[in-house]
Amino acid sequence: MTTTSTAAASQRPIRLFRNKAAKIAAIPMILTALVVFMGGTIWTIVFSFTKSRLLPRADFIGLDQYERLWSSSKWMIAIENLIIFGLCSLVFSLVIGFVLAALLDQKIRFENTFRTIMLYPFALSFIVTGLVWQWILNPDFGIQHVVRSAGWESFSFDPLNNQAIVIYGILIAGLWQGTGLIMCLMLAGLRGIDEDIWKAARVDGIPAWKTYIFIVIPMMRPVFVTTLVIIASGIVRLYDLVVAQTSGGPGIASEVPAKYVYDAMFLSQNLGQGFAGSTMMLLAVLIVLIPWAYMEFGGRQRD
Amino acid sequence: MTDVTSLNAPHAVTTRRLDGPSGAKPKRAISPRNVFIYGTLLLVSVYYLLPLYVMIVTSLKGMPEIRLGNIFAPPVEVTFEPWVKAWATACTGLNCDGLSRGFWNSVQITVPSVILSIAIASVNGYALANWRFKGADVFFTILIFGAFIPYQVMLYPIVILLRELGIYGTLWGLILVHTIFGMPILTLLFRNYFTSVPEELFKAARVDGAGFWGIYFKIMLPMSLPIFVVAMIIQITGVWNDFLFGVVYTKPDVYPMTVQLNNIVNSVQGVKEYNVNMAATIITGLVPLIVYFVSGKLFVRGIAAGAVKG
Repeated sequence: MTTTSTAAASQRPIRLFRNKAAKIAAIPMILTALVVFMGGTIWTIVFSFTKSRLLPRADFIGLDQYERLWSSSKWMIAIENLIIFGLCSLVFSLVIGFVLAALLDQKIRFENTFRTIMLYPFALSFIVTGLVWQWILNPDFGIQHVVRSAGWESFSFDPLNNQAIVIYGILIAGLWQGTGLIMCLMLAGLRGIDEDIWKAARVDGIPAWKTYIFIVIPMMRPVFVTTLVIIASGIVRLYDLVVAQTSGGPGIASEVPAKYVYDAMFLSQNLGQGFAGSTMMLLAVLIVLIPWAYMEFGGRQRD
Repeated sequence: MTDVTSLNAPHAVTTRRLDGPSGAKPKRAISPRNVFIYGTLLLVSVYYLLPLYVMIVTSLKGMPEIRLGNIFAPPVEVTFEPWVKAWATACTGLNCDGLSRGFWNSVQITVPSVILSIAIASVNGYALANWRFKGADVFFTILIFGAFIPYQVMLYPIVILLRELGIYGTLWGLILVHTIFGMPILTLLFRNYFTSVPEELFKAARVDGAGFWGIYFKIMLPMSLPIFVVAMIIQITGVWNDFLFGVVYTKPDVYPMTVQLNNIVNSVQGVKEYNVNMAATIITGLVPLIVYFVSGKLFVRGIAAGAVKG
């Protein structure tokens, strides 16, 4: 137990055994990083070039799986849905999150109560979220029914059973669950802005909305970037919500890549397609992640 | 940086906007500005609370009332039968013993997952913060990158891994998976926290001859109880709410609660009992909700620590 301290006190032992306890303690982390994260990722990428169906087989067929993937209509719908959902949820959650945070930052009363109310959906699982919204959007009992029985007979709002707009039905639920988190991150960012900046802007007679747009938001760039990365990595993972709300339906109208991958791997015994699909998902994440990591590391080195 | 307590500023200036150099404005409770702010916030709050309200109301109605009325109306006749049914007799496929089975499975998954992942991550974070060794940062970077890799990429390799270990389809397999995927965020959390502990304390303990574990148990652990609570909050809600890992790595009789809930509500056979479904949904959401409402500010702190400081 005390080997490190005594060793460090007496003389310098061979390098590998220096700081031994810390190295032993880090073994779970090292195994996770190397075996699961790196090993698993590389394994999946390699096997995406094989003919694997029920079981993984090292039978390489080049880019066949990718060709099949991109010519599958299910995958194309999944990608289209992901893009719509992604762009909308990015824009809406950033705007709504920021506006709510700005409102809460006005030194108002009951701030904690409001924040508690806005953040509680984030504590709920996507399954619970999806099932509640499935119920509220139910055409026979939910919003549509209530509005119709209030007198507006021709009112129609049935996103979950309409192929054209089903992804927006999922978006509503997704925003309900996630905007509270974005609001909290933004609020933390706003609180990090020096009060003197507000005073200076006030002295110069700059209206509040202009101060937000031209001074505060540019200053909050790191917060926005971090938030963006969090939202983006969440979007790619979109799966539970779809399963709970529509199971990919009606038809295949609300398929998403994560569901495509799961179905290929565990339901239709088409492992190769699953590997190819998940590799494409990884690629999408890397496109967001690498510029961000580059910026982060650039920032660190300047410190 | 994430100081949430700046509410009680010495002289509560109600407005930040200053319309002219006229000094502090007299406080007025009802100004157009306040009406706008509070009005918007109230409206938003209604939107956020609505689903919770609908869930509760629906779960307390009988089916005839649901068919006739609207989902926003409060129950005329309150009944707890749907709750009892959801807990004890709701059907998923062949089993008809309700959500209780899923609940106990989730408890058996969550408790060891939380303990194990926090134990490992705190020691890791401590090693990274105070006992840095060569190459540690490389592994840590890979670990953090791993947090962003879509789970789908690692799903199948882990199936193989668990099968080799002989724990595929069991609770322990799922516990291991949660421990692995909880590691990046928790390690980051603990590393950041331990880095902020004054180095003099650490050095003094070293001079007194305390070793790696001695300092961890006698100094770091007692000092950092709040961060352990934050980690627990993150992990309990995360594990309890998980669906994907549960459905991939367990078999029907050990399905966690979320998976079972989805099977109950989205099963195609039988008449849909919306009140039972909503009761089941609330019961599943109850554990994270209680954690959330009890922990309050610490929950927010967990989010901020994990996200903003990263």
